[in-house]
Amino acid sequence: MSTAHTAAAPAPGAAARSPRPAGRGRMAAVLGRHPVGMVLAAPYAVFIAVVFAYPLGFAIWMSFHDYFFAAPGAVVDRPFVGLDNYRAVLADPAVRQSFGNIGIFLVINVPLTTVLALLLAIALNRVVHARTFLRVAFYVPYVTASVAVVGVWLFLFNAGGLVNSVLGPLAPDPSWLVNAGLAMPVIAVFVVWKQLGFFILLYLAALQNVPKELYESASVDGAGWWRRFRSVTVPAVRPATALVVILATITGANLFTEPYLLTGGGGPNGASASPVLVMYQRGIQQGQPDVAAAIGVLLVIGVLLISLVNRRLIERD
Amino acid sequence: MTPTSTARWPGLLRHVVLFAGALLFLFPFYYMLIGSLQAEPDTSVAGAFPTSGLTLDNYRDINSRVDLLGSLINSGVFTGGVILGTVVFGVLAGYALARLRFRGRGTLFALVLLVQVIPFQLLLIPLYVLIVRGYGLADSYLGMILPFAINTTAVFVFRQFFLQLPDELFAAARIDGAGELRVLWSVALPLVRPALLTAVLLTFIGPWNEFLWPFLITKQADMQPLAVSLANYISNVAARAANPYGAVLAGACVLAAPAVGLFVAFQRHFISTDIGSGVKG
Repeated sequence: MSTAHTAAAPAPGAAARSPRPAGRGRMAAVLGRHPVGMVLAAPYAVFIAVVFAYPLGFAIWMSFHDYFFAAPGAVVDRPFVGLDNYRAVLADPAVRQSFGNIGIFLVINVPLTTVLALLLAIALNRVVHARTFLRVAFYVPYVTASVAVVGVWLFLFNAGGLVNSVLGPLAPDPSWLVNAGLAMPVIAVFVVWKQLGFFILLYLAALQNVPKELYESASVDGAGWWRRFRSVTVPAVRPATALVVILATITGANLFTEPYLLTGGGGPNGASASPVLVMYQRGIQQGQPDVAAAIGVLLVIGVLLISLVNRRLIERD
Repeated sequence: MTPTSTARWPGLLRHVVLFAGALLFLFPFYYMLIGSLQAEPDTSVAGAFPTSGLTLDNYRDINSRVDLLGSLINSGVFTGGVILGTVVFGVLAGYALARLRFRGRGTLFALVLLVQVIPFQLLLIPLYVLIVRGYGLADSYLGMILPFAINTTAVFVFRQFFLQLPDELFAAARIDGAGELRVLWSVALPLVRPALLTAVLLTFIGPWNEFLWPFLITKQADMQPLAVSLANYISNVAARAANPYGAVLAGACVLAAPAVGLFVAFQRHFISTDIGSGVKG
């Protein structure tokens, strides 16, 4: 949308352009009107090529070959093995379990994040008193390191922690983080709390663009709070909802720090292991980068499929 | 909204719910601070509001097990490198993408969008192979910084800000014979200075809080950023310490303080919807 705006605007420097010699016109046709732009953008373009494009291709290549760590400079044969790595991955119970775990995580985390972020953004958008304090309170977990806040959640949710002493006889046994059924839900709620501020920010930006007249005419028509919410707000922020769902899904699929630290490496018995944690264990601890790359490719395909389905659902609604 | 009797009650209710939520969100931070100051962990409800017995011993304890100052310096170098790379090269790229027409601009912009949706974890293994095994950059600042050197979201935000400047400004400067770098430096940059601060703050929290990448590539304790050394303490050493949670929470406070402090000091720049609209495109 912004690109279209620039294209339609009068060309920068249009006034000075007419007396330009023919040679420059031909150069402009090949390199564009401002070839210096190539120079300015070059460092970033190189960065993208080295840090994203090449490793992306390398990951896919690796997942189809028998790749292993070798001494630097050693020339070793890394034969093409077709889908062998993928077969190994899909037959690995730990990998299957981790994909199941992340499914549980997403089912809890994404809807909770989307609904809470939207409701809190609507409330924060209308609030008159203590605006700054309220916004800071909801954003602060987002700007804090996971490692730091994991420390305090460990303290809160351990067997003898504050949460259990508040619950008293209602405390779960085994306790939260060592309970196979509760470890993943606790992590999912932790991530909701941690990331919510960022998603509230996205919704607040989207709410600025909802025309006030729509609410006014809905009120005149006698629509109550719920009706206005359903018929005005939700459709108006739909693009933001699509973005929130996709970003929350990607963040969730990247889960690593929380199971690594909060549940001591994906415990109990792998009940909270995430695919990225298994990638780390297989690829780096056990020296099978080819298998780890295959897990990564499958994970990304999964995320893309979920995003496409979500997009369809959100846009059709 | 008119202050009729029907509108006042939802307004009050809204404030009550928001304040309750805010306190719930802030409580772990309060508890982190209190826990870091208690000599003995007291997990009863009353223990969350102690009236006496606060001490700095836990900070001394964590400092004797993790080199706090050294780790903070490593975090600072890592974060500083990323900010420097983003501000210098990100501004150049954002400016070129917004105001200059050159061959390949459309492709580059498509890449900016694409990069933001590729999960970093897919690139984790190949980047590890390349940077650690290929270039031998394990346990080095360069290896830590490289994958994050130019923050793509910041490039996107810079582009948005440069796009918002009026065209006449650039036309006038170019008629006066100013070169592109001069236009950028003397005309465009001064006008987007507040935006620059927003982007720097946004970039700061990435590497300062990053755990996975520096964790993978630093095995020497004296090269580890604080997030990594604290995490290693949590997963390896804590079980054997006298007051493990106290020391962990003290370290957590040290790690959280710079990010939270900067955020609170400059909250206006985060709260401006610029970031939201920047990300949203």
